[in-house]
Amino acid sequence: MQSPWSRREFMATSAGLTGGLVASQLVSAPSPAEAVAQPTPAHYPVTLNLNGQTQTLELDARTSLLDALREHVHLTGTKKGCDHGQCGACTVLVNGRRINSCLTLAVMHQGDQITTIEGLGTPDNLHPMQKAFIRHDGFQCGYCTPGQICSAVGALSELEKGIPSHVTADLTGPIPVSQAELRERLSGNICRCGAYSNIIEAVTEVAGENG
Amino acid sequence: MKFTAPAEHNPIDQLKVVGHPHDRIDGRAKVTGTAAYAYERHQVAPQAAYGYMLGSAIAVGKITRLDTSQAEKAPGVLGVVTYKNAGRLKKSKSHASRLLAGPNVEHFDQAVALVVAETFEQAREGAKRLHIEYTSWPGRFDLAAEKVRAVPPKSNPMSGPPDTRVGDFESGFAQSPVQVDSTYTTPDQSHMMMEPHASIAAWHGDQLLVWTSNQMIAWAVRDLSETLSISPQKIHVSSPFIGGGFGGKLWIRADAVLAALGARLVKRPVKVALARHQIPNNTTHRPATIQRVRLGASKDGHIQAIAHDTTSGNLNGFREERAGSQSRLLYAGPNRLITHRLATLDLPEGNAMRAPGEAVGHLASEVALDELAVQLKMDPVELRLLNDIQFDPEKGPQRPFSSRKLKECLSEGARRFGWERRHPQPGQVREGNWLIGHGVASALRNSPTLESAARVRINSSGQLTVETDMTDIGTGSYTILAQTAAEMLGVPLHHVTVKLAESHFPVSCGSGGQFGGNSSCSGVYAACLRLRNALAHKAGWDVETTTFSDGHMSSAGQTRSLGEVAGPKGLSAQDKIEFGDSQKKWVQASFGAHFVELGVHRISGETRVRRLLGVFACGRILNPKTARSQLLGAMAMGLGAALMEGLAVDTRYGNFVNHDLAEYHVPVHADIPHTEVVILEELDDKSSPLKAKGVGELGICGLGAAIANAIYNATGVRLRDYPFTPDRLLSQLPPV
Ligand code: FES
Ligand code: FES
Repeated sequence: MQSPWSRREFMATSAGLTGGLVASQLVSAPSPAEAVAQPTPAHYPVTLNLNGQTQTLELDARTSLLDALREHVHLTGTKKGCDHGQCGACTVLVNGRRINSCLTLAVMHQGDQITTIEGLGTPDNLHPMQKAFIRHDGFQCGYCTPGQICSAVGALSELEKGIPSHVTADLTGPIPVSQAELRERLSGNICRCGAYSNIIEAVTEVAGENG
Repeated sequence: MKFTAPAEHNPIDQLKVVGHPHDRIDGRAKVTGTAAYAYERHQVAPQAAYGYMLGSAIAVGKITRLDTSQAEKAPGVLGVVTYKNAGRLKKSKSHASRLLAGPNVEHFDQAVALVVAETFEQAREGAKRLHIEYTSWPGRFDLAAEKVRAVPPKSNPMSGPPDTRVGDFESGFAQSPVQVDSTYTTPDQSHMMMEPHASIAAWHGDQLLVWTSNQMIAWAVRDLSETLSISPQKIHVSSPFIGGGFGGKLWIRADAVLAALGARLVKRPVKVALARHQIPNNTTHRPATIQRVRLGASKDGHIQAIAHDTTSGNLNGFREERAGSQSRLLYAGPNRLITHRLATLDLPEGNAMRAPGEAVGHLASEVALDELAVQLKMDPVELRLLNDIQFDPEKGPQRPFSSRKLKECLSEGARRFGWERRHPQPGQVREGNWLIGHGVASALRNSPTLESAARVRINSSGQLTVETDMTDIGTGSYTILAQTAAEMLGVPLHHVTVKLAESHFPVSCGSGGQFGGNSSCSGVYAACLRLRNALAHKAGWDVETTTFSDGHMSSAGQTRSLGEVAGPKGLSAQDKIEFGDSQKKWVQASFGAHFVELGVHRISGETRVRRLLGVFACGRILNPKTARSQLLGAMAMGLGAALMEGLAVDTRYGNFVNHDLAEYHVPVHADIPHTEVVILEELDDKSSPLKAKGVGELGICGLGAAIANAIYNATGVRLRDYPFTPDRLLSQLPPV
């Protein structure tokens, strides 16, 4: 799909998009306050296929997919734990593959199929992975949980497709759903509550049901 | 109700609902993403503007220039809060420093400004256009260097005097034929709960509404009131879902205060979340310690002398880390000396993190025990069993433990783990390039109890609603409070609704110090007793002879449904539990034993934990599923403390350098093996009507020491400076 803006425009508006560090603090070194050029942030239309529904949004080019979901569509199941690709709380499935939604701009996803935790199941109609997390108590505070669940669903489908990981010994045959494979593949999803042992039990159970 | 004498047989003992491994009642909301955490409460404040906090770039000094003009002109920016327009802010007694700097700065990343804008991106961009200049003054950032200036801290009600002395340690130690004298260091650690601190604030006239992520609702109201100088009656706080706290959300932080100030400035609700990288330096952390442990024993292994001296530091001399707490209670020995010293540092505020005191205390004291076992050529499990004691070793037999099953935990753990197959000589077991070792440590965590209130209502269909300002930080409060109420009134669990964490609800103990579950359930117990009375009274029956079960109440051959007795208007009852001097009469602590198998890579120095077993005794287990999760989660955090967690202090600039999850390493899936948790049966009738004890922080106590001891067993290398990253081992491993 053709992007509705040029690459140069995109570069001009997205400078410093993750914005963790603040540039203009000076320690004991006075400097003239230069008038910084103030470009008006560009807004672009983007159409997402969100949990099976088409959604057209008008977004600031700097808006991450994560913030588009949480702040614009109010799908707050996807969590922000770090905004820097370090924790996995923001994991969603984009065209079936799991990604950290904080590390990608919403406007880059024109036409993409995006599945969030809300798209996997609802309180009255739970996805098997959601059920297994409840049964095995694979969470405590619940803040990493949507990311863990999306990541687990994504990881099982990667295993099914034979996509190897760092711990895969045999790259030619089918990949067994071992604890080592699951731990490796889910290591991008931090759980500070430390529910890891239970999460692996839950995912193993679902893998068994699928298999 | 006042809890003054040991609990007798009571409705909880029926165990129809309590004691069963029910799934969390908030589980569906959490796994479907429908539980709304602080920053996500779009419904309560749909038009909220976004605030982005900027922290100080220096640790100690003064702001010499604060130019907000460019930021104010930036697209979408609605206003900038700084000390110049914030009005008078006080430092509450709960905080080591002010939550907004200016003109003076007290620590690195102390909030300097909040930029409020229409969108998050605009607020963040605005923060980049602030021009701030500072003059930096020298600060004290190095604990080891400041140790000589450390002073005895004040007594505090929860943990008593900083120093205690029994018998004559010096001569007891001098006369002991076997001695250990070792010094251990633990680094500053960050809570790194997955949900960063976040708040939405709104003003309705002079009423302040704050939706936040906080463990202690009543403290949040109190501290906002002190900070902003407004009456607590005008402050409303709500925090029904909390994405982890571990002590980091016991007290309000800059997000809440700045959201309130921002909302006042721009006259609309404002939401603020801290960025991940702001958590280590802007908020609190667990302070570093230097601990010296001395143990003297007779040749047969009886401890004669114990000393545990801890030095920690804090901003403005705020509060010390009580790492000697467990050493007061864990083992027998006639001559004892426990001291704490506090240095003043200009690092960010140090404060409670999961099992404050004991978590790092065990990292020293339980390794010292292992060192003693090595010297004695004695099995470390046997040494611990030999020195068990059933009363407070400082106060004597007149203050027994309310319950103590340390010996049982050790013995059961050793049996399940196959401890007898461990090689007593270090460095003897090798599998390929891995050196294999086994380690053990005891666990003791004090089990405090705090006053806690609740209200319970019943409607005409017999449905119960529990209301208390208690919080659920992942602990399972929603579920165990529902179980308690269901048991007390004899209704099924799904007939109970639990509403938590609103400041207009009765004041609970809150979540912290592993007092939450036991105390808050006791509060609900008390309210339920009142409700039983009210129902019996309304029915005209004697409550003593009335039984409650299956949604009905029965007495003297009559049975009526609860809903019918409650009537169309329903009935409501409120009470609180008060614990009187029960903590004075009995020492109250929960106990455990950790067993670890690990491998150390003989070339890279990497440590991989292969087996984890924890055996615990912590009174009645209200819900085995959630209790087990608390224990195994704390064990994971304990593994992190041993192997990877540590904030690196830049002693030139006074900041923690590794301030995010890329640099501050916490355990991930690949670090944690299948974790075996065994909970022994125990009832503690002296602790509470529930006969329960604290669970949430026990698991972190001792696990890191068991890892240290297993590394010694694997390699013969005794590590005493945490965390045990490969570089610390590498230089000491035998040549390849
Ligand atoms: S929020 Fe995206 S990885 Fe942490
Ligand atoms: S459940 Fe709290 S971080 Fe995973």
